[in-house]
Amino acid sequence: RRCPRGLRLPRDARAPSAGMTAFPPCRYLLCALGDFVKVYSVSTEETLRLMGGHADLVTGIQLNPHNHMQLYSSSLDGTIKLWDFMDGIPIKTFTVGSKLLALYTPASAEDSAFVVIPKKGERDTFQLVSVKLTKGAGQNVEAKELSVVLDDVGASMKHIAFGREGAYVVSVKDVNLQVYFFKRKLLNRFSLSTVKTKGGDNHFSCVVCHPTEDCIATGHADGKIRLWRNFHHKKEYTYSTLHWHHDIVMDLAFSMEGTRLLSGGVESVLVQWHNESSCQKDFLPRLGSPIEYISMSSDGALCCTLHTDNRITIINSNLRFSRSIQGLIKSRDVKTGLVVDPRTKALVLNGEPGHLQFYSLQSDQQLFSLDIVQRQYIHQAGLKQSDLVKVAFSARGTWLATVEESEEVTDPELQLKLWFYSEETQSFQLNTRINTPHDNHITDMCFRDMDELGDDSLILVTAGRDCVFKVWVMVEDTDPEAQQSVSWSCDFVGSYHNYQATNCCFSEDGSLLAVSFEETVTLWDSLTWDLKCTFCHPPGNIRNICFGRLTCSKYLIGATDYGFLCCWNLLTCALEWSAHLNVVVLQPDPLSEHIAAVSWLSKESSLFVFKPNEPRPVYIQRNLCKEKILLAAFVPRDEPEIISSEKYLWLRKSQLFFLTDTQELMTLSTKSLEERLTPSSKQLAVEESLPVTPFSLLLGKHRRQQAQEDVDLGKPVVHNKQEQASPAVKELLHTPAHVLPSASFLCTIFINSLLISKENKSAEEVADEVEMESEKAEDDSDEEDVTEMEQEDTSHMELLGETTCKLSKSQEKELRKIRKMDYSWISAF
Amino acid sequence: MAAYKPVVVQACPKLGEKITQDTLYWRGYKTPVQIKEFGAVNKIDFSPVPPYNYAVTASSRIHIYGRYSQEPIKTFSRFRDTAYCATYRDDGRLLAAGCEDGIVRLFDIGGKAPLRQFEGRSKPVHVVGFLSDKYRIFSGGDDYSSHLWDIPSATEIISYSEHTDYVRCGCASKVNADVFITGSYDHTVKLFDARAKSSVMTIEHGHPVESVLLFPSGGLLVSAGGRYVKVWDVLKGGQLLVSLKNHHKTVTCLCLNSSGQRLLSGSLDRHVKIYSTTSYKVVHSFNYATSILSLALSPEDETIVVGMTNGVLNVKHRKPEEKNEKSQKKRQPAYRTYVKGRTYMPKQEDFCVSKPVKRVLRKYDKLLRGFQSSKALDAVLEPPIMLHTPEVTVAVMQELHRRGTLRSALAGRDEKQVNLLLTFVARRVIEPRFTPVLVTVADMITDIYQPVVGQSAIVDKQFLKLQEAIGKEIDYQEELLEVLGMMDTLFATFTKKKDTCLEENKSNGLTEMIKTNRNY
Repeated sequence: RRCPRGLRLPRDARAPSAGMTAFPPCRYLLCALGDFVKVYSVSTEETLRLMGGHADLVTGIQLNPHNHMQLYSSSLDGTIKLWDFMDGIPIKTFTVGSKLLALYTPASAEDSAFVVIPKKGERDTFQLVSVKLTKGAGQNVEAKELSVVLDDVGASMKHIAFGREGAYVVSVKDVNLQVYFFKRKLLNRFSLSTVKTKGGDNHFSCVVCHPTEDCIATGHADGKIRLWRNFHHKKEYTYSTLHWHHDIVMDLAFSMEGTRLLSGGVESVLVQWHNESSCQKDFLPRLGSPIEYISMSSDGALCCTLHTDNRITIINSNLRFSRSIQGLIKSRDVKTGLVVDPRTKALVLNGEPGHLQFYSLQSDQQLFSLDIVQRQYIHQAGLKQSDLVKVAFSARGTWLATVEESEEVTDPELQLKLWFYSEETQSFQLNTRINTPHDNHITDMCFRDMDELGDDSLILVTAGRDCVFKVWVMVEDTDPEAQQSVSWSCDFVGSYHNYQATNCCFSEDGSLLAVSFEETVTLWDSLTWDLKCTFCHPPGNIRNICFGRLTCSKYLIGATDYGFLCCWNLLTCALEWSAHLNVVVLQPDPLSEHIAAVSWLSKESSLFVFKPNEPRPVYIQRNLCKEKILLAAFVPRDEPEIISSEKYLWLRKSQLFFLTDTQELMTLSTKSLEERLTPSSKQLAVEESLPVTPFSLLLGKHRRQQAQEDVDLGKPVVHNKQEQASPAVKELLHTPAHVLPSASFLCTIFINSLLISKENKSAEEVADEVEMESEKAEDDSDEEDVTEMEQEDTSHMELLGETTCKLSKSQEKELRKIRKMDYSWISAF
Repeated sequence: MAAYKPVVVQACPKLGEKITQDTLYWRGYKTPVQIKEFGAVNKIDFSPVPPYNYAVTASSRIHIYGRYSQEPIKTFSRFRDTAYCATYRDDGRLLAAGCEDGIVRLFDIGGKAPLRQFEGRSKPVHVVGFLSDKYRIFSGGDDYSSHLWDIPSATEIISYSEHTDYVRCGCASKVNADVFITGSYDHTVKLFDARAKSSVMTIEHGHPVESVLLFPSGGLLVSAGGRYVKVWDVLKGGQLLVSLKNHHKTVTCLCLNSSGQRLLSGSLDRHVKIYSTTSYKVVHSFNYATSILSLALSPEDETIVVGMTNGVLNVKHRKPEEKNEKSQKKRQPAYRTYVKGRTYMPKQEDFCVSKPVKRVLRKYDKLLRGFQSSKALDAVLEPPIMLHTPEVTVAVMQELHRRGTLRSALAGRDEKQVNLLLTFVARRVIEPRFTPVLVTVADMITDIYQPVVGQSAIVDKQFLKLQEAIGKEIDYQEELLEVLGMMDTLFATFTKKKDTCLEENKSNGLTEMIKTNRNY
């Protein structure tokens, strides 16, 4: 019933996205992420579909050149799948047999695709083969007809390119370039010198072909771009060089007409070269992180870049940043740990360099990115960058403390920053910056979590490798002219036998502070800052400590380097129990007594969940995953989940998330993968997928007319009404913004179109409508009516007996008049 | 896509005195004019009427100075001995002064010889003052008594002998024509009413009273004596309001500014302190070369005149108000362009498109954005930036160091630029906030320009200066460490068990020893 490995959120940036392709009307963006292919909407950045089915990493995706609604994907599991990505259903699966490392589907190849497979019998040698994709019936087809096209090719998608109309194929590896002409069956090899001259490095990094001319562009490890021509001849070939990048060219892309060449690399600058000349170039700088792939949409209107930090940027054809699609940003190193923002329940961790990302687990979206370091990040290898290392939130999320340090060993440039959440701007604002809060690296930091006492009692404790821990308190500024009323300053410095402080932690009620100094855990009274008592479990340094919660608040849990998990009773000051376990992560659940411990033993991570008051674990999951789990966090659920199995009761109030050393985010879930995926995979309406062409507009008009005719024919009213209402809304949504009238004008129309008018409610009202219609017809003869009335009035005196009846008639007429007015009021809208 | 982030210049909180409105106000004086008198200046009094001349009593003369004159415009020298306490009458036309010979003299501003002489005392008269009805004079002196004289008849009206020591200061009430106070070395201030036969009130100051002052409202009385300045509420029967102890030597003179908002006190410790009369906190202080005996402030606070024990008169004039209107006007656009479009009210159907705000980058930021390291360094080595905002220069150097281009930015400079760089480094390297960065810069400069040492005398001189600065700093730090060590020892001795948390671990053994000692 449950998925043993948990759901792997699509955070894997290993995925090659070379097949990232935009659909002709630029509506969808397809991207291979891990084992899945994701479909994004270009206009809303939303994930529309997650197509899973491959058993291993997806290595390449290509649109079917003959049907733009279909997609080929190849995977390491040895299959090529043909998808209908509109509906997210696999149409066919071709089993090739060996690992597929790249996939190409040039339009010229009728019913075959080209894949890169490892050469049999040799390690690290790959060959390009063409696979016959038979049109046999059935979903699973064996594709065994392989014919080798090129030997000794690069394993990456970027190392092979197909030329103009599929006439030739180019492959680069190391310093060699091979061109194979299909028609002439001719193979030309060119090689560059391997000698690394002054700053030069001729190794190829990527290759693309000009879409209309015989021209090959290659990127090199030293940042040069070479444009090859005349490569039909073995000797008289020429190349020209474009050089701007100072580091390896990660990817290249030609525009549809071939007039522009885009290149990107580590500098995270997208360079646009015009007409293959080095003097004309445009830049789009500061894209955030190194560019890994560049892809043009098939109509050339958009271009997207995929970055190493798992982000897709969509760029207009005039080289303007349009929007970006980002989930969990992959940072170089998650030093901050997994922290949960109490306000938004978002997961907080390192994001872009120097930024803190707030990642919403529900929507798989980055809520926002807070710039902590506030410094221009230079994308260059070998620089000592400063980055965020510690983050702590106060209990209610009003205060955020961050520590940043630079990688330099001698001068870490430590900065402790305290941020206050401003309700007006709805974001964190810097309140206090403390330079060099400790003389050495800060190892741990925590706030005193006291909900009931309010912010006045807020205390921050930092533990440092300079053998002290420091207590920071808020100080109110008495000067009325000062800009801010509170600031933070150091209140107390504590140390213990000149040992390095490694961890710190407050008890649940905030009265005790536990600070671990190498082998010893010390307990301090948070009011007087007296040392109360010490615990230790030699040998081995303390790795983690935490206090028990709720009913177990009298226990202190500690894990040591030597593989012991100890539980001390604070009332008796004695060891309650200890267990032999190499604990890597110790994470208490804030809402229950449970504590999760993740151990790392012989290449597998295991999870133990226990309560401090009983040494027997509540839950054990051995072999949780092959990767080392570095961090874990309990994220409180919005509402307790109903869990029938007693084994998983500890998951009722909060959910456990893990981050592995490959930066994959995982969770434990009692539901199966399919159950979790269903809500996200909505059906894409076919109608919506149709591009808005004059023809479709015509068609739409025709349909609308037909719909109205249907009404006249008395077909089910409710259904038709909806049909009628939708075009109004649609028109509103599809009209370009600049021709729309003002919103205040549209608002009434829009709201009225949403109203369910009376006619649909009952047959009587329909009849009413008919009556009104007839009245409308009478409208023209209104004057006649009046004259008639006058006539009646004159005869009034004579026929006294009929007066009551007549009066009622005139009343009725007046009523009708009122109704008429009403109707005109409605029709105005 | 993020915009370029400008270099963060670390703003350092200014230690020491904060810049307040008061400091700005009291700093607004020109460099003082020093005038040498014949002896210690014991009294300075401003004429209450324009052009606000002031009378300076020193030795056996009274000099009258004009507002900007450095030479006395008039001198009264008909004294046989030291003159004391030349005071103007409210209308500024008469001047009274006491003398060592016990005669009180009354002068007309225009004349030279005294109009009246009030005789009958043999002991020196140190204090003289006009009552606010203009027709009576009070005096006090070394005969422990104070007297009241009638000006027209030059006769004594009444005499009070209540003090038990020399009377050295006094002041008449501006509200009541009959009330005056005197302060004496017998530690008391006495309030007299001319209608009563004896003193009305006695206030115990606690130290020999050197100066007294009544607030214009007459409700508050300020007395100065010893190191204390005390403020008393007269209406509450002489209740002590505040006692100020901001000087570390005897306070000799008191003075109020023209608005009555600030109280000034001068002392033998060479300081003039300015207090706010609402909070009684020191808002500013002046430093002088020698001990101060007398102090006066002209109406509108235009001039501060301070008299010293060595006979120097220190005159400070207020700077004229700076008018930058001309330069500002140039920058402002024409009224037409300024107003253009501002008055347009968008109609209901109008679609408002907000224009993106143009970010203005500093010159060095622009250059850094374009990775032009050397030019960026050049930009911050310009004298205005280097002199007035050294933190900007250092921040850019740090940024270049982070980018790994500091060495190439420092290299390849000519003699003049190296000289400039070294001057900056040698001057600033000892400032703690700049030290980490500038030490690396100094290292790099020495590395780069090592081969050319000896080719330029100017650069060599700068290198020597740098060496000297660093050597001095090292010596200084060594001394500081020594002091710190001594203080640590002292603190450790005083530490009790109760508050050992801070030093617990270091002094654990020591405190235990103390404890055992006490037990014995």
